[in-house]
Amino acid sequence: MPMNPTRKRRLILVIAIAVAAALAVSLVVYALQQNMNYLFTPSQVQSGQATQYSTFRLGGMVKAGSIQRSKDSLQVTFTVVDAGGAMPVEYTGILPDLFRDNQSVIATGHMDGARFVATEVLAKHDETYMPKELKDAMAKAHADAKVKEAAAQDKSP
Amino acid sequence: MAKWIPLWLHKLGSPPTFYRFAGAVRPWAMGLALLFGVIGLYGGLVLAPPDYQQGDAYRIIFIHVPSAWMSMFVYAVMGVSGFIALVWRMKLAEVVAMESAPIGAAFAFITLATGSLWGKPMWGTWWTWDARLTSELVLLFLYLGVIGLYHAFEDRRQGARAASFLAIIGVINVPIVHYSVVWWNTLHQGSTVNIFGHSKMPWDMLWPLLAMTLATKCYYAASLCRRARTDILALESGKDWVREIAQAEAAR
Repeated sequence: MPMNPTRKRRLILVIAIAVAAALAVSLVVYALQQNMNYLFTPSQVQSGQATQYSTFRLGGMVKAGSIQRSKDSLQVTFTVVDAGGAMPVEYTGILPDLFRDNQSVIATGHMDGARFVATEVLAKHDETYMPKELKDAMAKAHADAKVKEAAAQDKSP
Repeated sequence: MAKWIPLWLHKLGSPPTFYRFAGAVRPWAMGLALLFGVIGLYGGLVLAPPDYQQGDAYRIIFIHVPSAWMSMFVYAVMGVSGFIALVWRMKLAEVVAMESAPIGAAFAFITLATGSLWGKPMWGTWWTWDARLTSELVLLFLYLGVIGLYHAFEDRRQGARAASFLAIIGVINVPIVHYSVVWWNTLHQGSTVNIFGHSKMPWDMLWPLLAMTLATKCYYAASLCRRARTDILALESGKDWVREIAQAEAAR
């Protein structure tokens, strides 16, 4: 299809500039991939990846049963875990609604010895939504399956 | 005229034809927007079950997510029509690009505002500088930049071309907004609804969300039709066909 030369020139120019801009932004995005980490996990902190930051964000799951609240203040201590590490965290203040055992949290703060002192604790939720009844039913089915499995193991010597 | 473009589409590009077409489409689009909106809100706020984690607080998703999708969709429309405006100097493409910007900006603002209201009780903060929130804020600023640049020129067609250019450059931000939750560790959750694959939401919750998506799409169509009609009249104010409409209005 023959194209009007003025339009063709404009088309090429606009595409060239758009491609150049896209390339520049992709390079920036690629570069940020390495060091635009919103958070560090406990194992990353323990392997020394966060030592250059005085304050940073620590992300992971609240270890079940590790939450201990002080009787006379808002102080709370808990352990944040990931696949390969665990980090004791201390925080004084009001926690978000979703804060509980096995919940993903992101704490901002600094290291004080081996313990992380948080100035802010945020709760993260994943992309799964489901009705409460369904969740309860699934948890029950899961528990039943475990009981059956255990019973089967007991039978077979 | 390129041969591969059908005649009716080519005619639609002429301002008087589009003016009449948009006038015919607008009431239908608005009616559908209201219908889907009422169905979607009733489904989302009344029929859908509470979430296992967030209880009833998650219901803001039925406003937040459709608005967020629209903030990206409208930007894409603005980018494509901006491209046509720049290369082919088509008046209607300029009108569509420039009249889409305020609608998209409104959707981006609603997304940020509802996200903030949702974030405070659930996450524990109104705002955080994670990749998803920041890139959506950049999207709002791009819209505002396009609107500002358009109005900064004395000549409206020159302004539209300059702003279209900014719109095209800014299109690169749309995939960044979408993939930010994949590329970086963010406080924001990942995508719940996947077009190609399994959505992490049961149908009871999903259908109101899809109804709201249709509602926002239809609203955009209706709003764009109305805005474009007004703008076309201003653009063509010296022309005979506009004078005829003005006379008919004055005679009423």
